[in-house]
Amino acid sequence: MNISRRSLLLAGGSLAAAATLAACGSNNPLASGTPSEAKPSGATSPNASAPAGGGDVTLQQWYHEYGEAGVKEAVEKYAAAYTAAKVEVKWTPGDYGSILAAQLLTTDVPDVFEVEQGGSLDMIRSGQLADLTDIMAPVKDQFNPAVMKRFTFEDKVHGIPQTIDMQLLYYRPSLLQKAGVEPPKTFADLVKVADAVKSADIGGFFAGNDGGLGVLGTILIWASGNEQLTEDRSAVAFLNDNFYNALTAYRDFYKSAGLLQAASAEWYDGAAFVNGETAMQWGGLWSLPDIQKAWGDDVGVLPFPAIGAGGRPAVPFGAFGACVAAKGKNVDASKEFVKWLWIDQDEDQVDFSNSYGTHIPAKTALVAKADKLAAGPGKDAADFVSNHGFANDIMWSGAMGDAYNAAVSNVIKDGKDPKAEFAAFEATAKTELAKLAG
Amino acid sequence: MSDAAAPAQPPDRRGLWRRIRGTQGRNLWFAAFVAPFFLGLVVFVYVPILWSAVLSFFEARNTVTPTKFVGFGNYAYLLQDRLFLNSLVVFIAFAVFIVPLTYVCSLGLALLLDKITIGRAFFRSVFFIPTAVSYVIAAIIWRFGFFNGARFGLLNSFLRSLGLEQPINWLGGGNNLYWVALVSARLWLQVGFYMILFIAGLNKIPVETYEAAALDGASGWRLLRWITLPQLKATSVAVIMLLLINAFQAFDEFYNMLGSIGQYPPYGRPPLVHLYLIALGGGQQDLGVGGAGTMILTSIIVVFGVAQNWILNRGGKA
Repeated sequence: MNISRRSLLLAGGSLAAAATLAACGSNNPLASGTPSEAKPSGATSPNASAPAGGGDVTLQQWYHEYGEAGVKEAVEKYAAAYTAAKVEVKWTPGDYGSILAAQLLTTDVPDVFEVEQGGSLDMIRSGQLADLTDIMAPVKDQFNPAVMKRFTFEDKVHGIPQTIDMQLLYYRPSLLQKAGVEPPKTFADLVKVADAVKSADIGGFFAGNDGGLGVLGTILIWASGNEQLTEDRSAVAFLNDNFYNALTAYRDFYKSAGLLQAASAEWYDGAAFVNGETAMQWGGLWSLPDIQKAWGDDVGVLPFPAIGAGGRPAVPFGAFGACVAAKGKNVDASKEFVKWLWIDQDEDQVDFSNSYGTHIPAKTALVAKADKLAAGPGKDAADFVSNHGFANDIMWSGAMGDAYNAAVSNVIKDGKDPKAEFAAFEATAKTELAKLAG
Repeated sequence: MSDAAAPAQPPDRRGLWRRIRGTQGRNLWFAAFVAPFFLGLVVFVYVPILWSAVLSFFEARNTVTPTKFVGFGNYAYLLQDRLFLNSLVVFIAFAVFIVPLTYVCSLGLALLLDKITIGRAFFRSVFFIPTAVSYVIAAIIWRFGFFNGARFGLLNSFLRSLGLEQPINWLGGGNNLYWVALVSARLWLQVGFYMILFIAGLNKIPVETYEAAALDGASGWRLLRWITLPQLKATSVAVIMLLLINAFQAFDEFYNMLGSIGQYPPYGRPPLVHLYLIALGGGQQDLGVGGAGTMILTSIIVVFGVAQNWILNRGGKA
């Protein structure tokens, strides 16, 4: 067959036009189809599960990528069991927060999605999240009070807590015993214990390759007995001597040999503790299975100890909340679905928290049903959240947190004057709070 | 025969269309092939730039169609932000290191490889291959391999073998050693590319010029100073301009070497990292401040570019 240049160009042009038209079908890089359209048999993308369940409505549900094996299959199983609507699960690897935030600016929004701490102030103010107060009000008391406090803004709730993650201090009791010291109850104890257990082969305490400033910076506010913001959220509430003394105490610790400045992995990975690089490590509850696998019963956990006379123990916690898109096409059906999954299905909630890594069910009554939290470090951790749990205030914005971390770093690493550094931070916070107040 | 006697010709209505079409419709084919790319450029480059400029005058949190006009409020916010101003200082420090260093190293390699006769292709490939490596991957290798602050990090192990017992926390701040990691990573990634540009420039210098200079008794440094460098002026201008813009756009290796989950230290923070953190960090979207930041950065790059062009061309056209 003779192919002329003209016919080749015509064929190529037609293909390019067809590809362009096909690409116009969706502006969502993660989508496998428009939410309300029935899909042809077998037409699924690698990241999308086939619609399951029944009903005339199809809902899109987004999750971020969980690190533990089996979570994706579990959430697909929960979705498949729902009969009032078809639910498509989207498993989103990569920078989920940015992808979700960008998608919510479009008209093609997912119906149901996870958001950290049940939604940011910007998301609430810009009307991206549906009000879930009506379905949460009757059951609000069943959830962990510390979490619900964080999930409530101006008496409204925009997300249902799914499961709780938290940070805590891991230690090896045998090493402490060998050094003749007790588990630390105060920050001064922590400094002494770290110094006592360190040797040429093992560090005393590790909290990240930045000396722990990134992860422990905000904890210094709570552990010194302060809160981030005043009750009316119009100003910062921690700029006092207790806080400045906590900073200088940590500065001394930072310079001491007891603090391990660098290890093979960051604080959020249990590797440094598992590898025996440190006797104590600040880490996440999610690392507990790996740590127990390495050290068996030789593992203890603590909250971050109180600093100074007015101090108190503190652990930060976080919880993803199931939210509904206010701009979604099926808001009522979505609210029914999230109520069914995250309020009514106790068994699935325990499975989600307990079967893949170690997490704490958001409903307090279910904690007892999670066998990993029944005894030992898991039980202690669950108690820490209830008794010593703190979370960033909803008006503690990214810009404010960044300015705070910079001030902490300048004081501790560069030895700058705390009062001067935090005077500058206070000015930034004042501007930011005024903007956020609207 | 007079013109008046000629019969009046009807206007050729097809003449304009023929001119537009061109011979054998070449103009139309040109438009057909160029239009998709031009449209892409407009839609994905120029419109976002213009919209970013518009957003910079509004409070635009979680919206691309804001309604609250704030004038130069976002600009004032950034220009009073110590961290943003510090980030500009970081850029200048980085550019002061990386631009001349990359220039000298890539020119030096090009001169070396221009002279050798054995293994030239092999060495060109060896130095060029890192250009194909992702900045993110290079940053991870640098961070967790060479500059790992643990006792068993590659450099720390080497230093311990030399008798230095205390491991060095290369990237942890409190010292300026993180610059060693940042500058060496970028050098490794970029030198090969600019070396190729210089080799192309060297190949354009006529051999006769060197021969004439040699007959006059010039050699070595004098050939380099009076023949090679002046002849490479056009290439040098382009290389320095590209290096400067690339330095301004530094993000990947900084973010991946010094950042942690949701955290970035106040030191070693270039402008793009700072803008990313305050405009898009933690899933937030403050597009007004982000837009203002990009406009400020664009202005700075334009000023630097124009100034550099003016300085390098003062002695006549390249």
